[in-house]
Amino acid sequence: MATHEMEDGCLSDSDVQSSVAEILENVAKPPIMISEHDGDLYGQLVLMLIPVEKNLDEEILFVTALKALSGAVSKINNIFHVSLLRNIFSIYIWDYGLDARNAILELITNLAIVPDKFLEDCLEMLVRNFQPPGRIRGYIYQPKFRSHKQNIYVQLHEALCYITSLVPIAPFKLKDILDRRMPKVHAEKMEMLPFVECMLGLESNEIGDYLRSTLLSMVVELLVDLDVSITWGHILKEDNNKDIFDIELEDFHNAEYNPVGVSGGKKDNNPDKLDCLMVIVCEHIKSSASDGHLVKVFDILMESFRKTVLNAYRSKFSQFIMFYACSLEPEICGLKFVIFLIDIFVSKAEDPISRMSAVCYVASYLSRARFISCSVVSSLIKRLVEWCYEYCHLQAGSERINHPKSHRLFYAGFQAVMYILCFRMQSLMDIQELKSVLFHLPLEAILCDPLDPLRICLPTIVKEFLCQAMAAHLLKKPLISSLQDNLLESEMSAAFGGVERLHMFFPFDPYLLKESDRFIKPNFESWSMVRKTYTNLNSEDELDDLDPLSADDGSEDGRDDDELAGGDDDEDELEYSINQMSITPRPVFEIAMADGRVLIPSRMPARIRPSVSPV
Amino acid sequence: MEGLTVSDANLTVYIHPSMTNKVRGAILTQLSSLLFRYSEDLEGVLLAYQVNVRNKVARILPGLVPHFGVKLKATLLLFAPKPDMLIEGKVVKIGRESIHAIVLGFSSAAIMRGDIREEFKFQIEKGTETYICKSHKGHRIKVGSIIRFALKSMDEEILHISGSLMPPNTGCIHWLSKCGMEHDPHTKRCDPLSLSLSSLDVNI
Repeated sequence: MATHEMEDGCLSDSDVQSSVAEILENVAKPPIMISEHDGDLYGQLVLMLIPVEKNLDEEILFVTALKALSGAVSKINNIFHVSLLRNIFSIYIWDYGLDARNAILELITNLAIVPDKFLEDCLEMLVRNFQPPGRIRGYIYQPKFRSHKQNIYVQLHEALCYITSLVPIAPFKLKDILDRRMPKVHAEKMEMLPFVECMLGLESNEIGDYLRSTLLSMVVELLVDLDVSITWGHILKEDNNKDIFDIELEDFHNAEYNPVGVSGGKKDNNPDKLDCLMVIVCEHIKSSASDGHLVKVFDILMESFRKTVLNAYRSKFSQFIMFYACSLEPEICGLKFVIFLIDIFVSKAEDPISRMSAVCYVASYLSRARFISCSVVSSLIKRLVEWCYEYCHLQAGSERINHPKSHRLFYAGFQAVMYILCFRMQSLMDIQELKSVLFHLPLEAILCDPLDPLRICLPTIVKEFLCQAMAAHLLKKPLISSLQDNLLESEMSAAFGGVERLHMFFPFDPYLLKESDRFIKPNFESWSMVRKTYTNLNSEDELDDLDPLSADDGSEDGRDDDELAGGDDDEDELEYSINQMSITPRPVFEIAMADGRVLIPSRMPARIRPSVSPV
Repeated sequence: MEGLTVSDANLTVYIHPSMTNKVRGAILTQLSSLLFRYSEDLEGVLLAYQVNVRNKVARILPGLVPHFGVKLKATLLLFAPKPDMLIEGKVVKIGRESIHAIVLGFSSAAIMRGDIREEFKFQIEKGTETYICKSHKGHRIKVGSIIRFALKSMDEEILHISGSLMPPNTGCIHWLSKCGMEHDPHTKRCDPLSLSLSSLDVNI
């Protein structure tokens, strides 16, 4: 009867609605009591709502039926109308045009606010629609479908916001549903990406105020899970010929990236998934910044970072979301992040592993973040050095070091200072006030302390630091370093680093994911671009001996330190550029060379000023 | 508005050993996890709490993870409406078949057509959906009005309220106060009671 009338075309909306309401009422009884006619009508109604692709006529009927049902939601019963509800909740809005989508969402929002019954099912249906149906998943990321995808997301967000305005506790339920439906590490890329993108879109809406921390922490956890499932095994072997300053695989992008197998040897292609996810997350952070609520997002990210990324020392890329967020707002977020890390390091209430991890983050961050000003770096170096100095004082008088592990915090802290100075020494020297701060630091006192950091910390860092410090005249006393030539790490450094290998943890080492690199690269300081204090000297053999050994793969192509490219000359002279080098009268000191020679400078600077270096 | 009570309670909060140096924070977190949920122990929805007195000593429970129980006194604001109580809420949606309102900012209430008395007619006036009372033209209910209605039932899980506009002293508050219907001697108003609830254990 209903179908006939609809085809007639002379019925008003309310007539259609009342006839649909009548159909629903007539079948709301035990099956025995339903007449065949009523049963047929109900069957036809259910058929109209089957969630399949429809031609134009079917879609029009579909829309009509939906609109009628929207007005009759109070008659829908979850006991007698199971098949109808099953069809409604299985709909994919992606399959239909704008009118149909609007009608579907109106029905869903009306159903959600009926007392007691359908809220969870409605929310579940909406969340299921975060991902397109299987057949269109493959091409949903093509450019021509981008606006279609965005429109659908906007509609889904609006529907969820509308439901929240009518049912304030909907976000509580939504949280549980999102948790259940969130794609896990092994999900397909095309299942994962639309879901995460839609989820993050929710965060920028009104509903975001309730769900922000849940949404962001879920995304960060997914990133970390993907990250730790990617192993370095096939990519980079721990090679004693390479050292920290050479692991700059800038040419890596050109090479074919072979996905590293996750457990079981399956080719999950997690690096690719992670890359795309990082793009989505970074885009989202960028749009938060332009909307003006980056600080709120940042606070949540920092909290999640603390809980997940900080202690996941196998994470290689997920920490870069913090790096990117800081780069967008260096004065607020950039500073907040590093102070937060240093507070963890100095706090006695934290466990040692977190503290060491935090200081490794500080070291890597201050070295690699171009957007952090020199004055900030200088004050933070000062704070770390003062901490180390105080530590030495507290230890003075106690027995000589028995094992590096008992003072691992100290070694981690001082290694961080040395690492940062390797990157930043020249830029600090360029500014007069910061240079004097640096010269007033009690570095020599710490270096000569019985704790002997030069022997325990990573040899390559020690070497590089000493070269630069001596070239800059930061250190006055002769320091014969007991260097184990060409070793990346020594037994001692491995001892303080422990099982977690925190002595070799540089979390912001060069970023290797291709697509998302465009967010990181503008703000990232690579080793090849760093000005060292000794590059002002003539690039001669003596310096080559002091330099870290170069690796023999193609990774050096990016380096433009031509002076250090290795000359064959055997000059004994060091030529100082007067404008660049220290202006203090140089005492005669010895530079210990790796090959045993002792070098004495042969020229005095043209200008002499009173010494400003510490005793 | 009925259904709100202020109670004093003696509670015991069990805290994980890792929170030993942040006991106050742990107590607040634990109590906050009860907010806006129906609690059978408290027989109502907890809306607000104030921790008053806390013992300095706590008893450690033996077990795999030795939680310790801190006894404290708290003042609780509870929402525990019973059927036929009069509740107030702000209307957010008007439809031909129903009126939807939000009570105390967290609970959604729905009043179906069958529970709206006959004198209210649905009309679309100047583009806005309104319910207008036939006998008193000034009595209108539209989106944004505060209405008083009688409670039929409350779903404890989703905190959905089913309401009714059948009783004569229900409707738009604005109009009811103008007509002096607010102080109906037949309605029972509960004063905030002071109940002592003994030893409620809040488990982690």
